[in-house]
Formats: sequence, C-alpha cells, structure tokens
Amino acid sequence: MTDNAITLLDAVNLALARALEEDPDVVLLGEDIGVNGGVFRATDGLQARFGERRVIDTPLAETMIAGLGVGMATQGLRPVAEIQFMGFIFPAFEHLVAHAARMRHRTRGRLSCPMVLRAPFGGGIHAPEHHSESTETLLAHIPGLRVVIPSSPARAYGLLLAAIRCDDPVVFLEPKRIYRASKTLVEDNGEALPLDTCFTLREGSDITLISWGAMIQETLMAADRLAEEDISCEVIDVATLNPIDHATLIASVHKTGRCVIIHEAPHHGGMGAEISATLSEQVLTSLQAPVRRVTGDDTVMPYYRNEQLYLPDVDDILIAVRETMEYSG
Amino acid sequence: MHEVSYQGDIRLTRYLDDSGRPLGEMPDWALGEQPWVGYYQQMVLARQFDTKAISLQRTGQMGTYASLLGAEAIDVVSASLMQAEDVLVPYYRNHAMQMIRGTPISRLFLYWGGDERGNASPQMGRDLPNAVPIATQCLHTCGVATALKLRGEHQAVLTMIGDGGTSKGDFLEAINVAGAWQLPVVFIINNNQWAISVPRSKQCIAPTLAQKALGAGIRGEQVDGNDAIALHDVVGQALERARAGKGPTLIEALSYRLSDHTTADDATRYRPADELKAAWSREPVARLRNWLHGKGFWDEAREQAWQAESKQLIEAAVAEWQAMEPQPVDELYDYLYAECPSGLAEQREQARLRQQRREQRGADHD
Repeated sequence: MTDNAITLLDAVNLALARALEEDPDVVLLGEDIGVNGGVFRATDGLQARFGERRVIDTPLAETMIAGLGVGMATQGLRPVAEIQFMGFIFPAFEHLVAHAARMRHRTRGRLSCPMVLRAPFGGGIHAPEHHSESTETLLAHIPGLRVVIPSSPARAYGLLLAAIRCDDPVVFLEPKRIYRASKTLVEDNGEALPLDTCFTLREGSDITLISWGAMIQETLMAADRLAEEDISCEVIDVATLNPIDHATLIASVHKTGRCVIIHEAPHHGGMGAEISATLSEQVLTSLQAPVRRVTGDDTVMPYYRNEQLYLPDVDDILIAVRETMEYSG
Repeated sequence: MHEVSYQGDIRLTRYLDDSGRPLGEMPDWALGEQPWVGYYQQMVLARQFDTKAISLQRTGQMGTYASLLGAEAIDVVSASLMQAEDVLVPYYRNHAMQMIRGTPISRLFLYWGGDERGNASPQMGRDLPNAVPIATQCLHTCGVATALKLRGEHQAVLTMIGDGGTSKGDFLEAINVAGAWQLPVVFIINNNQWAISVPRSKQCIAPTLAQKALGAGIRGEQVDGNDAIALHDVVGQALERARAGKGPTLIEALSYRLSDHTTADDATRYRPADELKAAWSREPVARLRNWLHGKGFWDEAREQAWQAESKQLIEAAVAEWQAMEPQPVDELYDYLYAECPSGLAEQREQARLRQQRREQRGADHD
C-alpha cells in the first residue's frame, strides 16, 4: 500500500477538506466537530486548518442543526451538517422533509437549499442503543431529497464532493461499520462522482446482486464464493437511493434474469421492495426466478450483544442466491 | 446562605392608551406626521386585503386563509422598519409584511389561491417563503443570520411567531443559538392570546413570553402590539442593535386575534364573545387613527379617500390574479431538483399525457 491508501473515514475527511479549500461558501457545522474532530474523527484537524468560522461547533440540538442548515443554504452557503448518529436524525426530519426538500420547489427556483446532512449509520460496531439503525428508506421516500450512501473510500470521496457541490439537499449516510474496514488508494484530485448512477462493481452473467453501504462488503464476499461455484454475479452498488438510477438495475437484471437485493434495513417497505417492484414492472418477462431480498427482519435493531443475530451475513446471501439459481418455477 | 445569582426584568413599552390618547409626554421622534400616516395607510390596506381574502374564501374562490386581523400594526411597523437588504423569514400571517417588502398583492392572492408561484416573486429577493409548520422559521432565521454574519454583512434578520409557537422546541433552540452566537436577529412573538383554541394561559405558566429570552441570555421585552408608536420604538431599536452586531432581541408584542385562527376555524366554539368585544376596543387601526385625528394629521375626508383607494388597489390585485394563466403541469416536476432526474422526467411526460386526456374529456363533455 502506498501513502495514498486511506480508509472510508479518511476519505470523508479528505473530501471535506477539499470542499472547504475550493469553495469559501462551504461551512461545516455539528456537535463536537471542531476541536474534537467529530465523535468518529471525520472532521479531525479541519477546524485547526480552516478556523472556527468554517468548522462550527453547535449547541447540542439536532433540530437546530438542520434548521440552521436550511437557513444558511437559502442564502447561498453550502452547509455540511453532521448528525452524530442516524439514530438522532429524527429531530432533524421536519427541516429535511418540510423545508430542505421543498425550498426550490415551493419558491419555483427563487431560493434553493444546497445543504448536506451527513450521518453515520448502520450496525456492527457494538454501539449503544439508538446508534445502529438503518432508516435510509424514510429519507429516500421524500421527493426533493437526495440520499447518497458510499461503500468504499473512493466512492466516499467522490460522492461526498458531488453532494457538497450539488445544488439540491443531500443526506449523506456513512456506513460506519466499514469506516475503518480497509484502506484503498484514493487520489485527492477533486473529482466528484455522479449522483445519478449506480456503480457496477463487478460484471457477471448469471445473477444481479444489488446492495449499498456496508452490506456491499458481504455481497462482494458472497460473489467471490459463488464464483468458485461457477455462478457469475453482477454486483451493483446503488449508491444514490433517491433519485435512484433504475435504468442500470433494469438493464442488469434484463441481462442476468435473476436478482437478489441485500440491505441491512428492515424488510417491510424497504428500498428492496421498491427495487423489486420496479423490476417486476419493467423486466418481468426476463426474470427466470422471483426477485429475492436479504434484509434485516422487521424488528428493532438489537442492542449490541445481539446485533449479529439481526445483520444479514454472507451465508444468508449465498443461500438466497443458490435458491434463486435453482428456482425452476 | 443564599445569594441572588441572576435577576431579570421585562419591560413593557406603550405610548398610547386603548383609544389612542398619549399615556404621557410623547418623545420628539413621535411628533411628526410621518411615519405614522404612512403606517396607518398600510394598516388600512392590510385590513382591506384581509377582508377581501376572507370574502374570496367564503365565496369559494380561494382556499383556507389565515387572517391577520388585529396584527396590522405589528406587521406594518416591523416591515416598514426593515431595510431592503435585511431578510424577512415570515410565518403564515405576515401578509402585510410581504406586501410592504415589495411582493405584489396579486401574488399574495396567488399564493393563498393555492399556487406556489406566489412564493416566487422576484421582489421577495432572498426573503424566505411563509413557514407553515409551527416555529421552524425561527431556526431558519438563525441560519440566515449565520450566513450574513459569516459574510460580514451588517444586516438584520426578522421573524415572527405566534404565542403557541413559543411552546415548541424550535423556538427555544433558536433563541438559544441566537444568543450563543450573538446573531443579528429580531424575533417577534405576535402574542394574539390564542393558538387556535388553546388560550395563552394554557400554553405556558410564565407571566410573560418575553422572559423566555432570559433563559437564552438574550434581550427580551414586551410591547403593546396595538400601539404603532411603541412598536416603532421597540422594533426599530432591536433592528439597529442587530445590524450593529449587538445581538438578538426577543420582542413579545401583545395583541389579540380578532379573527378565527383561519377561515377553516370557528372561534365561537371556544372563545367568549365578551372577550372578543373587549379586544375590539383596543384594536390597532382605530387606535392609530384616533391619534392621527388628535394630532390633525388625518381627517374624515382623507379617511374616505384612502379607504376607497386601498379598496381599489385590492380589487385591481384580485383582477390581476384572476387573469393569470394556470400553472402548467410541468411546474410539479421542474423545480424539485436543480436538474430533473430521468425517472421524474418520465413521470412528467406521463403527467402531460394525463393532462391532455383530461382536457380532451372536458372538451368532449362541453
């Protein structure tokens, strides 16, 4: 590994620094993001480098953080707000749903709301209660709100830059289970990745595996194992849940004829249901087996002693894929 | 042993009694004809707008509307004291403020007639659109003020909230951060005594709402919201302090909601008739008129002329609104994102076809 090999968390920091560097309108705000550098250290060193006016420690109030972001964004700033954990995002909802997502629309473009709200999400790090949920679907349902989830250091860097430069409000959810899972090469070249496309991580011909966030890890591991069984998996990272790039998913499943969707969030009404419904509307005749979902169950995310009981794992994916491959109507 | 760690006072400013007579010697700045005649004319215009809006709703030409009856002085004086570069973050009763800030009256009818294009007037500049959810505007105000402060703009941001809204966390979080960051903000509570059907006394046990400022460490005071001269004094100073970098102010303007909450409400279900009757004896428009009459700045002839002229202005605005083209179906899709995503563009295409089908069906019926 070279010096440029960094974690997903480092990539978030790198993108934030880049954005602060290139655009004086970018301002970070959140709880403990200043001297402390954020509870996960995502903003480590940024206040020292860019000053207290650009990297602002706020009072401890999530509604306020989101509301301030909306007000700042209407005046042309690009606030990047941090909510410490997704479990504490709910006080921010009213401002995201009733205001951020609608500002451009309800003023017919007179004002806009180019804010980013970052929050770590998902389980698997033995955190306290309310620190491990995956509620991305609640946000992805809202017209006008972009919901973006990276699954690698490079995509964290490129997608976060894109989110900050985007003229729409973006909720940027960081899969904290893989914050420090691996280091890969990320060049700090200021290049953003597109927010209107899925990423095909691996091409395959037998079955399409669709996932996002931390579950991409298990999905890729499953694809490796399945390759040994001569099952060729196409792996797609959805990355932007809203507005979602259905075309890439449809084209892939049209090609493979089979699909398993993997997500950590609960089954009922999850994004997997949305994707599955779209596939049956668009490629029903190409499907050689029902679309399967490997997801969390419809129960509360357990406190950490039991979180592995909840989280889907590689075996769950393998079983679903094998059954889908063996399906014969 | 005990000692007093903190002591706070809330002052109430009034210059006129209920019927518009001076309560004492008037300050020099209050003695001229202006701005009072100008304020009065705007207050009459605001009331004409209100009367018309309610009648349009009652006759089925407009949807639910939130009346400003009783808040004319608060709205008119506050907006008149704002500079063009200050920013207004209104809530749903601030029609007169928006009018004075330059929004054409026809656009106010457009908005309350159910069309978001009413939020799109270029004259609104960087003012925010009406906040419909309660108290959220207070936090947006702090965000706007943070932006101005970071950019070194010495302007003020003004917002208004009802008495009921002060029970919500957004309000408390806003005054807290405004204090902590010394933001250039003026918060005005239009304490009209009723949050739909819940009276002020059931909202909060504190004797004043202004004293909530003390908990946030900011300046808080009461003003008679039916007294244009007192409002001019108190709001004017708060705006100047904000622009001078001297921090935020919370102003509790004591008024009375002379209307129903909205046209969808019926206040006779919960509000004693004698209370309303008593409130009419303190109302802001007649009070200022009486003061102007007493000073010789206004008379019956001017009154009649202005009533007629303002009515004409409102009627012309209604005609202008009613002549506007309905919004094309594309408007439902075109402004949600900076660029319309492909999935939404497909829905827009379907919506156009659906619209054509419906128009065709309508034509067939004719």
